[in-house]
Amino acid sequence: MNKRNPPPSGLFPPLRRIMALVLRHLYLMRGSWPRLLELLYWPTVQMVLWGFITLFFLGHSSWVAQAAGVLISAVLLWDVLFRGQLGVSLIFMEEMWSRNLGHLFVSPLRPVELVCGLLAMSLIRTTIGVGGAALIAIPLFSYSIFDLGLPLLAFFANLIIMGWSIGLVVSGIVLRYGLGAESLAWISIFAVQPISGVYYPIDVLPGWLQVVAFALPSSHVFEGMRAVLFENVFRMDLLINALALNVVYLGGGVIAFLAFFNNARHRGQLLNVGE
Amino acid sequence: MTDPVIRVVNVRKQFGDIVAVDNIRFDVPLGSTTALLGGNGAGKTTTLSMLLGLLLPTSGEITIFGVNMLRDRYRVLSRMNFSSPYVDLPRRLTVYENLNVYARIYGLPDVKVRLRKLSEELNLDEFMNRPYGHLSAGQKTRVALAKALLNKPELLLLDEPTASLDPDTADYVRGMLERYKARTGATILLASHNMSEVERLCDDVIMLRAGNIVDRGMPSALLKRYGRQNMEEVFIDIARERRIELGLDSRKVTK
Repeated sequence: MNKRNPPPSGLFPPLRRIMALVLRHLYLMRGSWPRLLELLYWPTVQMVLWGFITLFFLGHSSWVAQAAGVLISAVLLWDVLFRGQLGVSLIFMEEMWSRNLGHLFVSPLRPVELVCGLLAMSLIRTTIGVGGAALIAIPLFSYSIFDLGLPLLAFFANLIIMGWSIGLVVSGIVLRYGLGAESLAWISIFAVQPISGVYYPIDVLPGWLQVVAFALPSSHVFEGMRAVLFENVFRMDLLINALALNVVYLGGGVIAFLAFFNNARHRGQLLNVGE
Repeated sequence: MTDPVIRVVNVRKQFGDIVAVDNIRFDVPLGSTTALLGGNGAGKTTTLSMLLGLLLPTSGEITIFGVNMLRDRYRVLSRMNFSSPYVDLPRRLTVYENLNVYARIYGLPDVKVRLRKLSEELNLDEFMNRPYGHLSAGQKTRVALAKALLNKPELLLLDEPTASLDPDTADYVRGMLERYKARTGATILLASHNMSEVERLCDDVIMLRAGNIVDRGMPSALLKRYGRQNMEEVFIDIARERRIELGLDSRKVTK
């Protein structure tokens, strides 16, 4: 029998493993400038587009004129949700594309730690992408979303958590049904956009759809954003609603991912990943 | 007597109507090098996957180092490692980056020292900073082996460790495994289609056919039993069910 390895030193083991996974994806980002550019590209393009629409509406819409930053804020916050979801799904699919899941899952890395690593990378990617676009908006449209102050942090946190939840479910589905289902990563989030009230108030929707809309954390966030911009009021009730829903969403997302993972272990899909 | 490193008891794996592994039962003793042999679809990779916990058996029990793998696999995963041509490393990361990430996942105390040592042992120096995806098949195999040896595993599971390698590289890999085992006393279980590899490395052979263990023994004992000159002929005899024609016991081997 060989001599046992000395005990691992340093960080709390789960944290160390999560950081190793994050390091793996930071290496990937560092080694590929197109990946970094892609992080900034869409949020910036969207922001510029809605910035010019705002400039146009300022002279033609009294609603927009009341709060000039409403559309830019909306598009940037929507991108937090979208990038948050995409960050989780793409990072997970990166492991499938590289056929690395087998190595990861015979290592001491636990599925929950993988989930934490995915969320951490999503946070980093979203901050770079949306943060960069938000900075570009300042000189371009003389509008800083950072003027929202602390409420911005609450909006960001709630939207990214909802994005993570959907991203985890999508990742689980891709693990279960193979990379043939990867397009879900790009399109799934848009199913909730029309009823999230990103660019218009929820009361525009028919009554029955408003009930569905308020089951989404994102609707409460965008209503809250408009309350800050139009009325200068931070609606704590909306924040609490969003947070409570997000507890359910994130819990559901993690449970769904772990269930899909367990199912993949029954079906032998951790070694044979692909279309 | 020492407890076996691996104990497989009545393990069965069924995918729908297909029985991939049918109530197999075997032990792998401490310090042995055991081969899992069989034709395509015999159940070798399925068995290895279940030992690793990547695949859950339909029924049965697997213990490694005395730990139930279905319940507590995380207690022993840091003491084992594996390599398989069906699993890759991230292609865009350099060799160093890949090994560094896994060294951290395994919690090695001094990553740089370990990587330097592995680099020397496996001659990785010249391509340590090259992307993994840019390497030749032989170089990739060496890197995969380095990853498998990172945590100095007491149990090494290898799926076709020399598949698609030229004879020189294959010989190098076999030599490396022999040296590792001689130095550490590690237990090795490998699935292979290369019979000369089995004769050279293994002191025990488990023969699988259609998900059943149909024979087991030391290579020399199998050669004698089948009256053959080499393991390749024994393999063909068993794969073509000549075992029965030879008048040998056709019951499943259960231990």
